[in-house]
Amino acid sequence: MSTTNNIAQARKLVEQLRIEAGIERIKVSKAAADLMSYCEQHARTDPLLVGIPTSDNPFKDKKPCIIL
Amino acid sequence: MGEMEELRKEMENLKDQITAARKTFQDSTLQEAAAGVTVVGRVQLKTRKTLRGHLAKIYAMHWGTDSTLCVSASQDGKLIVWDTITTNKVNAIPLKSSWVMTCAYAPSGNLVACGGLDNMCSIYNLKGKDGNVKVMRELAAHTGYLSCCRFLSDTEIITSSGDCTCVLWDIETGTQKTVFAGHQGDAMSLGVSPDFKYFISGACDFTAKLWDIREAECRQTFGGHESDINAIGFFPNGNAVITGSDDATCKLYDLRADQELLTYQDSSIMCGVTSLAPSKSGRLLLAGHDDFNVNIWDMLKAERVGVLAGHDNRVSCIGVSSDGMACCTGSWDSFLKIWN
Repeated sequence: MSTTNNIAQARKLVEQLRIEAGIERIKVSKAAADLMSYCEQHARTDPLLVGIPTSDNPFKDKKPCIIL
Repeated sequence: MGEMEELRKEMENLKDQITAARKTFQDSTLQEAAAGVTVVGRVQLKTRKTLRGHLAKIYAMHWGTDSTLCVSASQDGKLIVWDTITTNKVNAIPLKSSWVMTCAYAPSGNLVACGGLDNMCSIYNLKGKDGNVKVMRELAAHTGYLSCCRFLSDTEIITSSGDCTCVLWDIETGTQKTVFAGHQGDAMSLGVSPDFKYFISGACDFTAKLWDIREAECRQTFGGHESDINAIGFFPNGNAVITGSDDATCKLYDLRADQELLTYQDSSIMCGVTSLAPSKSGRLLLAGHDDFNVNIWDMLKAERVGVLAGHDNRVSCIGVSSDGMACCTGSWDSFLKIWN
């Protein structure tokens, strides 16, 4: 019966919301600080951010200059 | 009061509780916290390689963990495994169904998977004894299209579907281990956490959900988008989630604070986001759009710091290699491009 299904579905939604309401949270200031810290710590090893010297770039063709 | 009415009341109460709890922990904003951080300088990436070979729209691509090979799926009915450095096609796999919407590379490099309007996830063994690539398993049970798939290992894969569910499969037996139900709209995209314990899904109900794989439950739900979420990914440390939507914005949600931290939007960007990928440090967010471009954002400052313009049609997929050395874009123009 569709009414029984609706109630069953509503019960599931309530159960799910209970789980989500009960989780532990941390302050946004801490979350933000951790994200910023991670970015800073890994900036130097982020090739797209700092750029890649030609000699280290496997995707760049290293053709020697030919002097005509 | 009937039970239905009571349940509805309780739902509203719990939703209010969640909103209130989130506010309690909102002692600041990422914007305030990052006020002293200098915006990243203009990012100008160049096309280093163009992978030519597909004869129709490319719908998906995924890097192998070696940062050299990648797999792409096109509605020309082929999966192609490319060596992105030489641009050689390592494998060209003909598919039973050409209506493919997603593909994935197993972390081991041994398997690739794909699926689409056939509602199935097909697993292919790249390292078969006789050298031929064959279908190893066809995972069938979804009652809607396969929108995304990601391997946990050679024995387990997670799929998302137009039937609104995500499923964890046992590849060896070809059976469903867990069905993750909860989305009220097509599940469009999924991402696995760096520690393989969680996955996130984005759906046409405008929400993103965080799922505990082993406990088989949804832990958190994030709203805020005003349209379908097409793309989703984890911030590299696994503590935050980035979503991309048809509402033309991307959003950053922190998992431990359980709330949205930033929205990446610009009045000049009016086309939906189709795909996204963070750079290795997480500082850059690359987002592919329907307007043929990829926008590059400073993730902490929410400022656009670059654009990748080079495709002649919608950018449908994007990925940054594990070593962070390159970004690959795939497009409806049938080409893949490697940028750095």
